[in-house]
This record gives sequence, C-alpha cells and structure tokens, in this order.
Amino acid sequence: MVLLTLMALITLAIVRVRNLFAVVALTGAFSFLMASVMMVLDAVDVAMTEASVGAGISTVLMLGALYLTKSREAPPRFSQVIPVVVAVGVGAVLVYGSLELPGFGLADTPVNTHVGEAYIQRVMYDADIPNVVTAVLASYRGYDTLGETAVIFTAGIGVLLLLSRGRGEDSQADGGEEGGGDAS
Amino acid sequence: MRLDTILRVCTKLFLPFIWVFALYVQLHGDFGPGGGFQAGVIAAAGVILYAIVFGKSAATRIVPKWLVEAMVPLGVLLYAGVGVYSMLMGGNYLDYDVLFHSPPTHYEAVHGQHWGVFLVEIGVLITVTGTMITIFYAFAGRGRREDRN
Amino acid sequence: MEILDQITRHYNYVITIFLMIAGVYIVVAKSNMIKTLIGLSIFQASVYLLYLSPGKIIGGTPPIIGEGYEVYSNPLPHVLILTAIVVGVATLAVGLALVVRIHEAFGSIEEDEVLRELEHE
Repeated sequence: MVLLTLMALITLAIVRVRNLFAVVALTGAFSFLMASVMMVLDAVDVAMTEASVGAGISTVLMLGALYLTKSREAPPRFSQVIPVVVAVGVGAVLVYGSLELPGFGLADTPVNTHVGEAYIQRVMYDADIPNVVTAVLASYRGYDTLGETAVIFTAGIGVLLLLSRGRGEDSQADGGEEGGGDAS
Repeated sequence: MRLDTILRVCTKLFLPFIWVFALYVQLHGDFGPGGGFQAGVIAAAGVILYAIVFGKSAATRIVPKWLVEAMVPLGVLLYAGVGVYSMLMGGNYLDYDVLFHSPPTHYEAVHGQHWGVFLVEIGVLITVTGTMITIFYAFAGRGRREDRN
Repeated sequence: MEILDQITRHYNYVITIFLMIAGVYIVVAKSNMIKTLIGLSIFQASVYLLYLSPGKIIGGTPPIIGEGYEVYSNPLPHVLILTAIVVGVATLAVGLALVVRIHEAFGSIEEDEVLRELEHE
C-alpha cells in the first residue's frame, strides 16, 4: 500500500515537472517501485523484467532521445481545465465501477479458478518445468511468444529504418528545407 | 571521461558478472525466475554500459554492428524453425512433444518439452539482445542536430 | 464509512485507475512529444497493475512449483505482462526514434509548433 501511494506521488510529480531530465529520472524511480509492487504481487519474473527493462533500457533510451532533442518542455499554451475535468470525471466513473470487483487476494475469483489453476496442476506432468511462467510462456502459449518476438523484431527494424540513415544525406535534406524556408 | 578511472575499472569489474548473470537467468529460467526476455535485456544492458563508459567505437569493436543486426532476425528464425521442425516430425506447429520421437511416450514428450522450451528461449534471447543493442547503437550513432535558429 | 472500507479493499484498483487517468491526462494535455510518450508508458504501467492485481492470492507463493507449497498465485497474467513489458519498451523505442526524426525535420518536439510550421509551408 505504501509502495502504491509512492507510485501515485511520483506520477503526480511526473505530470507537474517540466524539466525532462528530471522526468526521466522520476520514470526510472517509478519503474523500480513498480518492480517492488510486482514482487509483492508474487510476479517475480515480471518484476525482474520491469527492473531491467523499465529502469534500465528505457531510461537509457529516453536519455539518448533527450540528448538528440531538447530537455525542456514548453509551458502550456492552452487552458488545462478541460483535460483535468475529463480525467477526473473518467476516474470517478472507473472507481465507481471498480467497487463491484472482487476483493484483493481472494483465491475463488473467476480469474484464478480456470486456466491458471489448470496450468499449475498440469505443468509438472506435461513438461516437468517447475517455473510455471516459463512453461506457459514458451510451451503452452508458444504462439503468443512467437508473435511478441516478431513484434520486437519489427520494432528493431523500424528503429533502424528511422535512425540509421547517414548524416550526409540528412544534412543535405536539411539544407534543402532551410533554403525553402528562406525563400518564403 | 578520460579521468573517470574508478568508473572504468568498476565497469570492467562488473561486466563479466553481468554477462554471467544473464547466462544464469537464461539457463536457470526453467527452475527459477528468468527466461529469454530478461536474460536478453540484461546482456544488452552490459553492452550498453560498456558503450556508455568507453564510447560507442570501443563497444562496436567487441560487439560489431553487423553481428547485432544479424541477431535480430536470427532469433525469430530459430523460434519459427523449431515450430517448422516439430511440424516435420509429424506434430502440430510448436508442439515440442514430438521433437525427438514420434509418436512419443510420456517420458520422450517431457524430454522434447525441455529441449523445445530451451531452444525457443535461446531464440528469444538472441532477438531481444540484438534488438536492444541495435536500438541503442541507432540512438547513439545519431549526431546531435545543430539548431537552425 | 462503508465506501471508505470498499476503497481500501480495492486500493490496487484505485491506484491503477489513478495511473491510468494520469497517463491519459499527460497524453491529452501536454504537447511535448517525449512527455506524451512517458504518459503512454505510465498508462501501460497501469495496465500491468490491472492484470497482476487479481492474480495475487493472499498466502500464495510465486508460481514456481516446489515441495511444501500448496497455494500459488495465478501464472497467466505474469506471462502476458512479461511479454507486454518487453514489447512496450520496443514500441517506446520506435516512438522515440520518430520524435528524434521530427526534431531533425522541424527543430521542435512541441506538437503545436510542429503543426504551425507545417501550416507555414
């Protein structure tokens, strides 16, 4: 509960702070808190992933992007009232809806009684792999993971296409644009 | 950067442990928390740490660009190849039961499951490592734009 | 009083919803593109929480089969979220690459400035 409250506070800070370097640092802290929450929720594999991906790689990537762009956010130019009203309204409706959900940590909810339970009971007979998450990831739901791997592959190709063009070509393109701007 | 002796020495001290930890996470993924995704990211984080401290050109000397760019499709191919192989052995796509014997007894099916999960996780490891390092190289290799105004 | 009790029993969901609307708010109200991407990843984090919270069983252990443990938390959300995190960082990288390209083309990462420049041409 303390961790969750801290996460909410950090989110507020992320919304408010305009120095993007500070925001990226806060995002890293947010990811570590998220990983701790996942530990508490028994999701050890996910916590490990979040700690290495969220706090490690994505922070580095964002810092790289900030280095290539600008590190200050411009002050808001239009009124913030309407977004706040919309956000709070949607939040209130969602909280009202969530009150009917089953309480936290119960074993007999619909979520916990069908497929997950079956996996836990079958995995030692089927595959003899004690870590159920690995077994489900690679074996029972192999298609899913194949798809995710393909998505990562596509993202890698996309970044290469976007960023790996030589600077020579680019500066020429920039020069052309600049000429056009001067003419107008 | 030249004067950061402590940083450089510590990085060199840490790197073997990071990579051994990545291997541990990968190969021990069947029994404890871990697997291809985590191990791939940790291995990539080791390379990225090296590239940050020693510069990108030093990093591309030990992990060349063509290698990581080849790793991106290789992992997917290995993953899909395991599926095709299990189809050739007479099972369904990605059905590891039949990897070695068809039709399998229960023991052989478990054996096939072990190997199938292992190979597939290696495929995931290769793709994730390759992609993360590729993305980092792409960002790091980009020169900073001079402001026009 | 009863509603307070309800809220404490659903505290995970309340924080999930808070993160979600904070993400949406950043996406809607901020014009800086990197901030928008961060808002998207906060929204994503709220989805992780939304999936993982119902899977926890009080008194359960992580889903790694071992001797002497009877109750395990639900492994299925873990699998889904595990892949979602890695895919999330991959898509974040694509988004950041797009932002870098936009900055190279327009010299700005504020949406309204880019739009103004587009209208100018």
